[in-house]
Amino acid sequence: MSKDLLNEIIQPENLVYKKTKLMTNNTLSYCPGCGHGTAHRLIMDVVEELDIWKDTIGVAPVGCSVLAYDFMNIDMQQAAHGRAPAVATGIKRCYPDKVVFTYQGDGDLAAIGTAETIHAINRGENIIIVFINNGIYGMTGGQMAPTTLPGMKSSTSPYGRDTEMMGNPLKMTELISALPGAYMVTRQAVHTPAHVRKAKRALKMAFKNQIEKKGGVSFVEIVSNCNSGWKMTPVHSNQWMVENMFPFYPLGDIKIDGEFVNK
Amino acid sequence: MGELKLMKGNEAFGEAAIRLGVDAYFGYPITPQSEVIEYLMAEKPHERTGMVVLQAESEVAAINMVYGAAGAGKKVMTSSSSPGISLKMEGVSYMAGAELPTVLLNVVRGGPGLGTIQPSQADYFQAVKGGGHGDYHLIVLAPASVQEMSDMVKEGFELAFKYRNPVMILSDGVIGQMMEKVELFDHIPRWTDEEIKKNTPWATTGKTTDRERNIITSLDLDSFRQEKHNEKLQAKYNDIRENEVRFEKFNCDDAEYLFIAYGSSARIAQKAMQLCRDKGIKVGLLRPITLFPFPEKEINELAGQVKGILSVEMSAGQMVEDVKLAVCGKTKVEHYGRMGGIIHSPLEVMAALEQKIIGGSSNE
Amino acid sequence: MAKIKGAIVVDIEHCKGCEVCIDACPTQVIEMHEQVNGKGYHYAYMAQPDACTGCTNCAIVCPDGVITVYRKKMAE
Repeated sequence: MSKDLLNEIIQPENLVYKKTKLMTNNTLSYCPGCGHGTAHRLIMDVVEELDIWKDTIGVAPVGCSVLAYDFMNIDMQQAAHGRAPAVATGIKRCYPDKVVFTYQGDGDLAAIGTAETIHAINRGENIIIVFINNGIYGMTGGQMAPTTLPGMKSSTSPYGRDTEMMGNPLKMTELISALPGAYMVTRQAVHTPAHVRKAKRALKMAFKNQIEKKGGVSFVEIVSNCNSGWKMTPVHSNQWMVENMFPFYPLGDIKIDGEFVNK
Repeated sequence: MGELKLMKGNEAFGEAAIRLGVDAYFGYPITPQSEVIEYLMAEKPHERTGMVVLQAESEVAAINMVYGAAGAGKKVMTSSSSPGISLKMEGVSYMAGAELPTVLLNVVRGGPGLGTIQPSQADYFQAVKGGGHGDYHLIVLAPASVQEMSDMVKEGFELAFKYRNPVMILSDGVIGQMMEKVELFDHIPRWTDEEIKKNTPWATTGKTTDRERNIITSLDLDSFRQEKHNEKLQAKYNDIRENEVRFEKFNCDDAEYLFIAYGSSARIAQKAMQLCRDKGIKVGLLRPITLFPFPEKEINELAGQVKGILSVEMSAGQMVEDVKLAVCGKTKVEHYGRMGGIIHSPLEVMAALEQKIIGGSSNE
Repeated sequence: MAKIKGAIVVDIEHCKGCEVCIDACPTQVIEMHEQVNGKGYHYAYMAQPDACTGCTNCAIVCPDGVITVYRKKMAE
């Protein structure tokens, strides 16, 4: 292709995709190929498209995404490990007309924050919980998480997760879907264009639920990779995720508009 | 004169919160302070002022709800008793690090562990020296009456917002449970959204076009910046030490001996002082009202005047360490106190003065 | 018949060379450059620019949001 032709195409009027302005220009602290970056961007895309950035307050967890506020260009709070749903409750109860979401990893949400998560959902707080599940503690260096698969290796299950000794992985999303306060529960992924588009639709529905004050929590799990923790290349980790994580954590909607989805 | 009422300390605290225009209270029941949330729920503050009251699933959740609301510029508070306060300490440390204002009430009971539900003053170290992790201080107010359980809500929020720092009201089971006459202050309206934006420009109320995004965090992975942040906190604590010391003195002008006591122990020591004076022993009393900042200068000055000081607290001797630091060897300092939920009597306190200070003064 | 032509612009210094975009591209436009950026990563570039349709697939899966996409209907 000639330079001239390229220059003709690369013109502002031909722009079809550009990272949202609600993502800062800070270099993401995530490893190459990590799904966190995509998930961040999707949330900010939705916030921009719904034009709610002035009224949206995010809560970052402890974990890899502890610095989410460095990347999302909106007002944010950083919560203690596992406590994001309680922090979000505090904000939302005082500002019922603001839009409040938490962004939490599996260690944060499904281990140390299990109580805060379950009770915030059971109270039917009108918030969004975005749950990134990569089956491992990424930030601290790849230790076993509550979501680590049976037989899966981590730095604290170096010979694979022995469920007799270490217990079973926790399917938090199925667990909380049983609570009356869970208004929308879905499990998504962001490793292919089709999955990204679906995940974005789910996030948009979640934000609309909150704006329209449909009672209860909108809970969006995103099954993601951790190539560093899994000790794989990014592309290989995505394949491994499809082959191993998805059978255990099947993608799809579990609850929409407060009703279980028949499969 | 404001409205007079006969109330429990815990109830007065709850009523004061409503009247002060507090935006939210998040709590969890524990004896001997459950009356706070019971009173608030019964009073329907959501109807009286629009105040949010929520019973959380744990003390941990409650303090983190406080963190969220405080980070969004709201006047928000919580209360608990010793074992529950231990659980809250994680959130308190985060709030100190993120410089969030709140008023936190501890109606102290005996410990360690589950201990007892009876009154104690054994949480002094936790309140004054840290309690949570990291180099931080709470501003600590010690009420000695039901009236102060009400007044200190107001005073506490003034200090909390002035310094962007959590304030602890270190009460105890006596003050929380007993009934006294209290003069309630008049209703103050809750802050409007505009007032919140003006008073707390740092709060996460939603980004506007005229400012950068606000971030509430205690994290900075860059050690040089984290050190700077710590230096800023320490400078703030020094300002507080310089400007906010509060205490009360009784009969100190001609005193040869001195009691130092806070909270309910101060009331007992006051009676012991009268008993001593009846016997001709010239005793004074200094009651610290702020435990952090501690009235060091005043104690140091009095130490040059008296023959000995008895620090009286319902503990194994915690505040006495600060008294000794303040006295700096100028005079003899001893501790007296019962533990485990036992309240010392004025006679016991007087006897302790005679035994430990007057009788044992030969080693001066 | 009008032909759709696309092009991508990569923010080279923010690219981490994860290669997720390579698989996402339906027309095999993208490869990793043999050179590295300031952080030492091989970065994505249009190896076959003629094949780009501007479908945005690469951009939306890019975890670091480094790809900007343009599309133009070309007159034959």
